Amino acid sequence: MSLHLQNIDHIVNGVPHISGIDLALEPGSFNVLLGRTLAGKTTLMRLMAGLEPPTRGKIIMDGKDVTNVSVRKRNVSMVYQQFINYPSLTVYDNIASPLKLAKQPKSDIDKRVREVAEMLHIEQLLNRYPQELSGGQQQRTAMGRALIKDADLILFDEPLVNLDYKLREELRDELRDLFKARNCIAVYATTEPNEALALGGNTAVLHEGKLLQYGPTEQVYREPNGRFSAEMFSEPPINIVPGRLTDNEITFDQTLHFPCDDKLKRLEPGDYDFGVRASHLTLQPQRADDLALDVHVDVAEISGSETFLHVHHERFPLVLHLAGIHQFSVNEPLKVYFPTHQLYAFDKQGHTVHIPVRQGGAAHG
Amino acid sequence: MNNKVPNNRAWLLVLPMLVLVAFSAIIPLMTVVNYSVQDVLGPNARFFTGTEWFQSMLNDDALQAAFLRQISFSLIILAIQIPLGIGIALIMPKRGWQASAVLILITLPLLIPWNVVGSIWQIFTRGDIGLMGWGLRELGIEYNITRNAGDAWATIILMDVWHWTPLVAMLCYSGLRSIPEAYYQAARIDRASKWAVFRYIQLPKLTNVLVIAVLLRFMHSFMIYAEPFVLTGGGPGSATTFLSQSLTTMAVGQQDLGPSAAFSLIYFLVILLVSWVFYTTIMNMQKDKPPHGGA
Repeated sequence: MSLHLQNIDHIVNGVPHISGIDLALEPGSFNVLLGRTLAGKTTLMRLMAGLEPPTRGKIIMDGKDVTNVSVRKRNVSMVYQQFINYPSLTVYDNIASPLKLAKQPKSDIDKRVREVAEMLHIEQLLNRYPQELSGGQQQRTAMGRALIKDADLILFDEPLVNLDYKLREELRDELRDLFKARNCIAVYATTEPNEALALGGNTAVLHEGKLLQYGPTEQVYREPNGRFSAEMFSEPPINIVPGRLTDNEITFDQTLHFPCDDKLKRLEPGDYDFGVRASHLTLQPQRADDLALDVHVDVAEISGSETFLHVHHERFPLVLHLAGIHQFSVNEPLKVYFPTHQLYAFDKQGHTVHIPVRQGGAAHG
Repeated sequence: MNNKVPNNRAWLLVLPMLVLVAFSAIIPLMTVVNYSVQDVLGPNARFFTGTEWFQSMLNDDALQAAFLRQISFSLIILAIQIPLGIGIALIMPKRGWQASAVLILITLPLLIPWNVVGSIWQIFTRGDIGLMGWGLRELGIEYNITRNAGDAWATIILMDVWHWTPLVAMLCYSGLRSIPEAYYQAARIDRASKWAVFRYIQLPKLTNVLVIAVLLRFMHSFMIYAEPFVLTGGGPGSATTFLSQSLTTMAVGQQDLGPSAAFSLIYFLVILLVSWVFYTTIMNMQKDKPPHGGA
């Protein structure tokens, strides 16, 4: 099954929630919708499912126009951020419910339920009720309900947000495997760039109801087509420093001059926004041409086994992504090394004009 | 020096509440208990009677009949008001000004004092000037609540349904509003029918408010007094004489303080017992389904 959204607009009470989205999803593809809260991810999913028709535009499924076909007549399933199960039914009956409603023979249902339960590792919980389960088990049950019918389209609306860190990683890894053998389109909404990277497949970057970029996840990450896309798809967000490019030199803040990379020389001289990934900034020089900046520490944010170090130079703030846990005191002076060969350049309209050459085997690419 | 100076001032803070509860509940109740075991003939002439009053009350034919009427009345109005209240809640508008308008309209009967409700219906059912009484007579239907026991019963039930169904509807409405929209979406995606949505999503999520609704309506209806008293005066004959009216006649009308005190205690215990049994049963049913308790 293929799904094609053609120039979709969705306007609710005069407020555009989705504007001009054109997106074609291939059969058997795994697609991530990446965007911040209110970017329009859930709305787009509701339109894909047919829970409501778009204000303008067409939705084509397998070449057939289904724009105004109600969800009841489409073959879709959906998993929500909240754990949605029938409260008075056991896990078994919950998973079986879509097939029961489709009036399939009992023996088939039983076989399918056990298969799905095994796949999701909840086979020992089939006689329990949802409220007796942990969050992760409840969400597995909800996924079971979504997976048991051979839906053409499965939508996941931030399904792992309400789970703890460990469970999230576990379920996320399993999720990818569950879809390997299927021919349906899976769409997965998330706010977290790292989740998109972990899931792979394709990624569509959404911002304020518009589609910024769509393509294979790695490619979208490495080659953002614009400043917003780059900011959306990096955690912590990519550092943006305004600067001026003259013949052989880049100038930041009128005082920091450094010779530019050969590739950058091809750009027209002028003002640009230069982007550098947080993981490319270091506290030790990596190359001779690294630019040393004197900065002061604002705050060190520890996330798992990594540290996000927020610092400020005289005119602009920077954030560094360091492996391991580090302690810094506020206002501590530091030297940060800025890799001048790993700069992205965006023009003043926000379009990408330069992408750094990949470093062989760089951890974060 | 030891810092832990014993400080009993906390007791002072509890005292006002204790005094209040004593005057509002404990002392009146104890007075009733006191009366129920004595025969008071005058200020200085009283005899201890033990359980005599209780025995005679339990064996009183008129009271037994009133008790049966009372139970039937409560069961009938519960059987009508609970489903009707759920039904109204289901069709009420969910948002916008219509929701507010319907909520206000539906709440109006709840704001009318009991004996005013009785008076309204007394006039409403009169054959000469009452809309309903006159209308039925014009349609050729014989209807007279002072002569026909069936008419009297039907009218009292109709009146109670009109007065109190809104309470059930409002409780259910609030319960329904607390169900996340995602449940309904999920059900639509599952292609669940309206009935399945009601049976497997709405009803289970309403259980808690329904327990409250049934308890409130049971206690209320079991103590009903002013409305039938004003409407029918307990008649025709004693067809609509409920427990509280029998009690009033005995205590205030005939000044039989001993028997009516015994009767009050029995009355009180019956309400307490029925409510407790109902509540415990429902809670156990909920606990039985998930054998390890809810999360």
